[in-house]
Amino acid sequence: MTDSILNSVILLTGLGIVAALVLYVVSKKFYVYENPLIAEVEELLPGANCAGCGSPGCRSFAEKLVSSDDIANLFCPVGGNAVMKQVSAALGKEIAEQDPTVAVVRCQGSCEVRPKTSEYQGPRSCAISALIYSGETDCQYGCLGDGDCVVACKFDAMYMDEETGLPVVITDKCTSCGMCVTACPRGIIEMRPKHKRDLKIYVGCLNEEKGGIAKKACSVACIGCSKCLDICPKEAIVMNNNLAYIDPAYCTLCRKCVDVCPTHSIIETNFPPRKVKQEEVPVIKVEPVKPQPDA
Amino acid sequence: MLKTFPKGGIHPPENKLTADTPIKKMPVPRVVYVPISQHIGIPAEIVVEVKQKVEIGQVIARSGGYVSSNIHAPVAGTVTKLDMIVDTTGYKKQCIVIRTDDKNESNYQEPEFPLIPEIAMAPEEILQRIADFGIVGLGGATFPAHVKLHVKADKHLDCLIVNGVECEPYLTADHRLMLEKTDEILVGIRILMRALHIERAIIGIENNKRDAIERFRERNPKGSGIQIAALQVKYPQGGEKQLIRALLGREVPMNGLPLDVGVVVHNVGTVFAIYQAVQHNRPLMERVVTVTGKKLEKPSNFWVKIGTPITDLLAEAGGVPEGTRKIVSGGPMMGKALKSTDVPVTKGTSGILVIPDDEASRGEPRSCIRCGECVDVCPMGLEPHLLMNLTEKSLFEKAAREDILTCIECGSCSYVCPSHRPLLDYIRFGKSITKQLQTKSA
Repeated sequence: MTDSILNSVILLTGLGIVAALVLYVVSKKFYVYENPLIAEVEELLPGANCAGCGSPGCRSFAEKLVSSDDIANLFCPVGGNAVMKQVSAALGKEIAEQDPTVAVVRCQGSCEVRPKTSEYQGPRSCAISALIYSGETDCQYGCLGDGDCVVACKFDAMYMDEETGLPVVITDKCTSCGMCVTACPRGIIEMRPKHKRDLKIYVGCLNEEKGGIAKKACSVACIGCSKCLDICPKEAIVMNNNLAYIDPAYCTLCRKCVDVCPTHSIIETNFPPRKVKQEEVPVIKVEPVKPQPDA
Repeated sequence: MLKTFPKGGIHPPENKLTADTPIKKMPVPRVVYVPISQHIGIPAEIVVEVKQKVEIGQVIARSGGYVSSNIHAPVAGTVTKLDMIVDTTGYKKQCIVIRTDDKNESNYQEPEFPLIPEIAMAPEEILQRIADFGIVGLGGATFPAHVKLHVKADKHLDCLIVNGVECEPYLTADHRLMLEKTDEILVGIRILMRALHIERAIIGIENNKRDAIERFRERNPKGSGIQIAALQVKYPQGGEKQLIRALLGREVPMNGLPLDVGVVVHNVGTVFAIYQAVQHNRPLMERVVTVTGKKLEKPSNFWVKIGTPITDLLAEAGGVPEGTRKIVSGGPMMGKALKSTDVPVTKGTSGILVIPDDEASRGEPRSCIRCGECVDVCPMGLEPHLLMNLTEKSLFEKAAREDILTCIECGSCSYVCPSHRPLLDYIRFGKSITKQLQTKSA
């Protein structure tokens, strides 16, 4: 009885020792040197594997950061400057700070303002419908409304607004990884600087048609009237193919263009309600009040 | 037993409503919209200016490269605009707008074209004429005809196949053309045989067009080298690879061309256009279009000038009937649903199909039940359910290994699927991405 117990203890211990020896030898013999910095840097990165930096995942981005001499053109949009500073400290390499950006949807063509002229019954995917068809409305530039961007977003920062049929970006959750930008077959989504209080002014339209045709397809389309171009004090607005574009590098967020746009295709977000404007509003409202004599 | 291709295929209801209606001349439209990209390949380059007067048959856009084609003025008149016009998909394309000159008699005087059976031209001249006169494949693919006829020295060519299959339901444009222009087509085939230096040609016609088969057999002189073959009725027999397999038993290699097995295939419409170009100096300016639909008042076949708005055709056929849900350019299987009827007829428009409300909707897609119907009917021997799944999961490299690029987009799989899965939609998307990836890596 005691013999069999003793035998098995000896056998198992012996086996364990042999296996440990084999493992030890193998691990020494086939040891691959890896820069410990890679693991350290990977630890600093967000670990979302979103591919927003251009590398397939955080691990390969860490490898790239460690192996390149100059990392000034490498940037993790999710971690932002804070993470990149830590990486810079860990590696002792210079980084270039970038302004935080956020995704904006440059189309306001909701079901109300952009009437449907046809019906699509194929699979609900923008990429598939864009291949055969210019969309359910008469605007061949605007949002197709099948939500490829929402599917592409790995941070739950986008959703489709059921009322308007357009995607909405939840600014706080957006990490500006840029997956939605590549997913959109129409190129509607753009990364724009976030600024301090997330103030943004941009043209919410991509329609390059002449004014009349654009307006017919969508009542909030940019009609290329150039009014914003004339009023902009910083010359931040460029006009190409009947379409205005506000260059964020020059825009000082003065909001003058928002006021003059006749179709309200320029969008402003997160600005406090304007005081000066409130005085102006009654002035504008006085005009429609004119038909009083009828009463 | 009639010949056919062995693998796959379906037989949808034929609905050839216009098989007995002779081809009518469409009245000359007041304005024509001629797109500069009516063929596969590089768009043509515009050579006219606004306000310029053009004669009928004058070149208005010149071929933009080797795989491209000239475009001729279908009417005499004045160029009013070089504009962007919506095409079948709803996207805007460059287009030449010509207003017809009411006083110019050449627009209304229909020249007589007596049959000229003697072929005077040398083979090189014939090929040059086909390229100059803007002939493209009129079966629907609109591939420039001169490119197809250019045979490299290392290829051995022994047979010309003339495609009179017209396997798409509803369409009868080729059928009527074969009945009404039998002799001209036979001369056209001899022209092509001379240009290609070959002695043998086969006309493939499906057995639902008995009258056309008999007419050809009657008129075909003995010893001409032209053979008329009746084929079993099966879709998509009009596909180049399927037709070659059915008639000659030769299998075109996977990424190859018919030339690799010594064959050139041309549609009967193309052959007639070649006859007109070579014997009568007439460039490709009009074509036969079937305007059809179950509820349409006067479904008919028309000779239509290229650039005529489809609205005019529908009006001529009795107007769009009530309860119409969908208007398709082409046949029901491979045609494209139109977004607007302002789209002009191009060289590739073989038919306009008006579909009523009760037949237009697609079923709600459900899960794949692995019945294998799509595999059975695929004429290319592919596995459509697998290709769709791979595309859905973005596994494009795997899809490429499953030969997604050999799909001919005939739509048989989507037609038979009992779960109404959008198989072709996904496969088409997968093909476009795979092509992009391959050009990127190349």
